[in-house]
Amino acid sequence: MKYLDEYRDARIARALAAEIRRRSSRPWVLMEICGGQTHTLMRYGIDELLGDSVDLVHGPGCPVCVTPLEIIDRAINLARRPDVTLVSYGDMLRVPGSDTDLFHVKAEGGDVRIVYSPTDAVNLARTLPDRKVVFFAIGFETTAPAHAMTVLQAERFGLKNFSLLVSHVLVPPAIRMLLGSPKNRVQGFIAPGHVCTVVGCRDYEDLVREFRVPIVVGGFEPIDLLEAIRMLVLQLEEGRVELENQYVRSVQYEGNRPAQEAIARVFESADRKWRGIGSIPESGLFLKPSYASFDADRLFDLADICAQEPPECISAEVLLGHKKPTDCTAFGTRCTPDKPLGAPMVSSEGACAAYYQYKRHLVTL
Amino acid sequence: MCLAIPGKVAQIEVKEGIRSGRVQFGGISRLACLDFVPEVKEGDYVMVHVGFAISVVDKEEAERTYALLESMGLLESELAADEAAPAES
Repeated sequence: MKYLDEYRDARIARALAAEIRRRSSRPWVLMEICGGQTHTLMRYGIDELLGDSVDLVHGPGCPVCVTPLEIIDRAINLARRPDVTLVSYGDMLRVPGSDTDLFHVKAEGGDVRIVYSPTDAVNLARTLPDRKVVFFAIGFETTAPAHAMTVLQAERFGLKNFSLLVSHVLVPPAIRMLLGSPKNRVQGFIAPGHVCTVVGCRDYEDLVREFRVPIVVGGFEPIDLLEAIRMLVLQLEEGRVELENQYVRSVQYEGNRPAQEAIARVFESADRKWRGIGSIPESGLFLKPSYASFDADRLFDLADICAQEPPECISAEVLLGHKKPTDCTAFGTRCTPDKPLGAPMVSSEGACAAYYQYKRHLVTL
Repeated sequence: MCLAIPGKVAQIEVKEGIRSGRVQFGGISRLACLDFVPEVKEGDYVMVHVGFAISVVDKEEAERTYALLESMGLLESELAADEAAPAES
């Protein structure tokens, strides 16, 4: 496929990896934020290709992984109600809540539907006027405009039976928290290319200035990531601290204005809890009071549902880049994709799932 | 979650005030909302995320980047030739 195959060219990948190994004088610690990028790195063995020229640590950019336990419990609560149809992305179904997951609730007769696009949930609400259709709206900035659009569409269609259970998080406040931590050892970041496609590069430029840390906006194919790593290594070796854009075919400096306008119409930012990490200031998006009639948290009185994280899972350390999945004593034994202790082992973007899927557990067992 | 796939806009239509396009991904085609890319034309490539086009792929930038990368591929074959050559003493 065009714009995919050419960015998977093994010949160019080898040349880029050789260049990175040649230019790197020490194992620079680099973090990719997005879980999609983590999977590309593992799937194509890019970490192995680079040897010890860089130390790749993985960031918190997996929305499924950082959705707080109590929000999973709220979704489960909704799915058990006889008058509710809960609509979700497939990834959320196996994420463990406090005592069960959505997959089991569905098996027990709960009306849980999986969709590819949130507009499918709006269409469902139109075709099922007697059901209360709740869409489980999780994600980062990339997905926020699509979710905003569903609210605008539902408003236009006069739907009274459609709402969102919102768990939206923002990337720059999380990077700010990571860089402010005394445990931070990350020396350069690969910023998430599709988040920047939507919101642009300005916030990342501010982070570069504030923390004197190089950031390269990167794409999602192996060549994109190798190129982004090369750009970071060159900055670090030459003592430059800049924001650079590797993913120019999709990311413009200003981002996507119509998408930003949709977000601004429907959502506002406030402090948000991240699973395993805790509350991060101004890191979440919530429906504005003017759209309260589409807010499942308010419509169904869910605010009282709270939860405690299981103690054995080290997902917080993994999501913050302090530990790798293979540092966990439960990895690949008591925690597997079939029987996960934490969300990073479930999600198609979770770092633990990436290590497990691409057989890293075999090395350590 | 934040993945977006490049596809070619084959046909544009407006239905109930929503501008959408039939987008081809290899052999598969799907409808995608085009409201966030008002400038898009049939034949353009768009990045599609959860049924919404979030950008029009910049063809010139893509080709320019790739040409640069290709030249690095040639560099590699030169390096390989260097390594294969007998070492000078």
